[in-house]
Amino acid sequence: MEPIIQTEKLCHIYSSGTPFQHAALTDVDFTAYKGEYLGIIGHTGSGKSTLIQHLNGLLKPTSGRVLVDGRDIWESKEATRKARFQVGLVFQYPEYQLFEETVYKDISFGPKNMKLDEKEIDRRVREAAAFVGLPDSVLEVSPFELSGGQKRRVAIAGVIAMEPSVLILDEPTAGLDPVGVEQILGNIRDYHEAKNATILIVSHSMEEMARTVDRLVVINDGRIPFQGTPREVFTHGEELEAMGLGVPQMTRVFHRLKAMGADIDPSVYTIEQARESILAALRRKGAV
Amino acid sequence: MSDPIIKTEDLHFSYPAEDKPKVVLDGVDLSIEAGSFVAILGHNGSGKSTLAKHMNAILLPSGGKMYVSGMDTANEANLLNIRRTVGMVFQNPDNQIVANVVEEDCAFGPENLGVPPDEIRRRVDQALKSVGMYEYREHAPHLLSGGQKQRIAIAGVLAMRPRCVVLDEPTAMLDPIGRKEVMETIQKLNAENGVTVILITHHMDEAAQAGRLVVMSKGTIIADGPPREVFQHVEELRAVGLTVPETVSLLWELRQEGLDVPLDALSDEECTQVLFHLLKAGTPAV
Repeated sequence: MEPIIQTEKLCHIYSSGTPFQHAALTDVDFTAYKGEYLGIIGHTGSGKSTLIQHLNGLLKPTSGRVLVDGRDIWESKEATRKARFQVGLVFQYPEYQLFEETVYKDISFGPKNMKLDEKEIDRRVREAAAFVGLPDSVLEVSPFELSGGQKRRVAIAGVIAMEPSVLILDEPTAGLDPVGVEQILGNIRDYHEAKNATILIVSHSMEEMARTVDRLVVINDGRIPFQGTPREVFTHGEELEAMGLGVPQMTRVFHRLKAMGADIDPSVYTIEQARESILAALRRKGAV
Repeated sequence: MSDPIIKTEDLHFSYPAEDKPKVVLDGVDLSIEAGSFVAILGHNGSGKSTLAKHMNAILLPSGGKMYVSGMDTANEANLLNIRRTVGMVFQNPDNQIVANVVEEDCAFGPENLGVPPDEIRRRVDQALKSVGMYEYREHAPHLLSGGQKQRIAIAGVLAMRPRCVVLDEPTAMLDPIGRKEVMETIQKLNAENGVTVILITHHMDEAAQAGRLVVMSKGTIIADGPPREVFQHVEELRAVGLTVPETVSLLWELRQEGLDVPLDALSDEECTQVLFHLLKAGTPAV
């Protein structure tokens, strides 16, 4: 697989030279590959927000490099600007950042800054709105009249309209009810598949991560202690607990089951896998 | 049996709109015993927050009645007593903190109630101790974590000595550690201080911790009972945009395969026990 974003020995120190000096990231070598769906987990204060803000040049490294498509994003002004359009960042609670009079104008803010022509802007606004399931009738409405879930989808559409090849979302489902969560995750997956875009998603829900991502990167104390497929990462149950993260509920149940002496593979993390694992064990016993 | 602390009778509420009023509560009959821990679960727009706002007269009924400890919320003369009886905690901790020092923030409520200074001191200390934030009494709230801020918001309400606390999605903006801190505080409040707790949430695992679970959809109550009973209605809950805890989901899936398993396992421990017995017995398909 070909890397699209890499960091090399990335360090970030906040308030350097003051008594409040704090190293948020220490020698981080991070890679995101083209077209992958990557999850980032870490508790509050672990450095994950600091890391993602480096990936499109919102923060400048104290030392180390950030490469997008193999090119250092701080090498020149054009490189930085290019990275900001290529890597789209959706913040936590992005609905608080809506500001325009209409949904259409809000979504078009990014593409306008890219100096695209009217026709292209229009195409992008409509396509982005369609990706997040907003009907045309909503485009002329004030974003402040919409429900919380709709507002969030408008905010995500505003980033999608820039057609970034990497879309980073910081807790896109926080505070939504189960239907809202599924809608947003579906919207993100549609964009991922239609544009072969790389997705980086930050979440506190291990269950949600378990059923959406291809690969997980764990951040703790400004470093990456381990990364891999969900199956690999969730084998580090005790370490994850110690970091304040934990493992999905199904993984916890299956580890208990194994500890009680059941003849079962404990490396499950979704309901679907749990079901298969139980049925397979029963089949081995000739019970079903 | 004691009088209910919260009682609604055919409660209706609509927001005025240009064409026709938007109905949010469409006939709610609910009675909550003093000292209980009740979770109200519902999707966005189900009316659960609107119902909560009726419980201390932030909103008044468009039709029907809301009684707090026997007091009709529509009668303005009762307002102060209602607000003293029921305290509210909201979703965003940053919107609820008014002072620059933790203990001053906590004293804001009792000061407004005209409580004497010595008594305020005593109440603030006690409230901060009961949410585990006494050590932080001289800290600046904005430098604390989300879970800590939310516990201070709870302490601020407790210092007013309400008999009932209504929490409207208090953990929605918190990380897992913050959520755990707040849920433990809520449990303790109910079990040790005997405060009636009404928790509005859409987290199934939080709802499972309550003694009673009320499910709302489209402005009405569609289920009401102990969590382990309510969560067995997997299909009905899904139909109204809710889910059930993952443990119940798994057992439900196994039932679809024809296996004879109970659905009422809410905790990891209970689910593990059910699966262990299933595997051990090799229960044949029923």
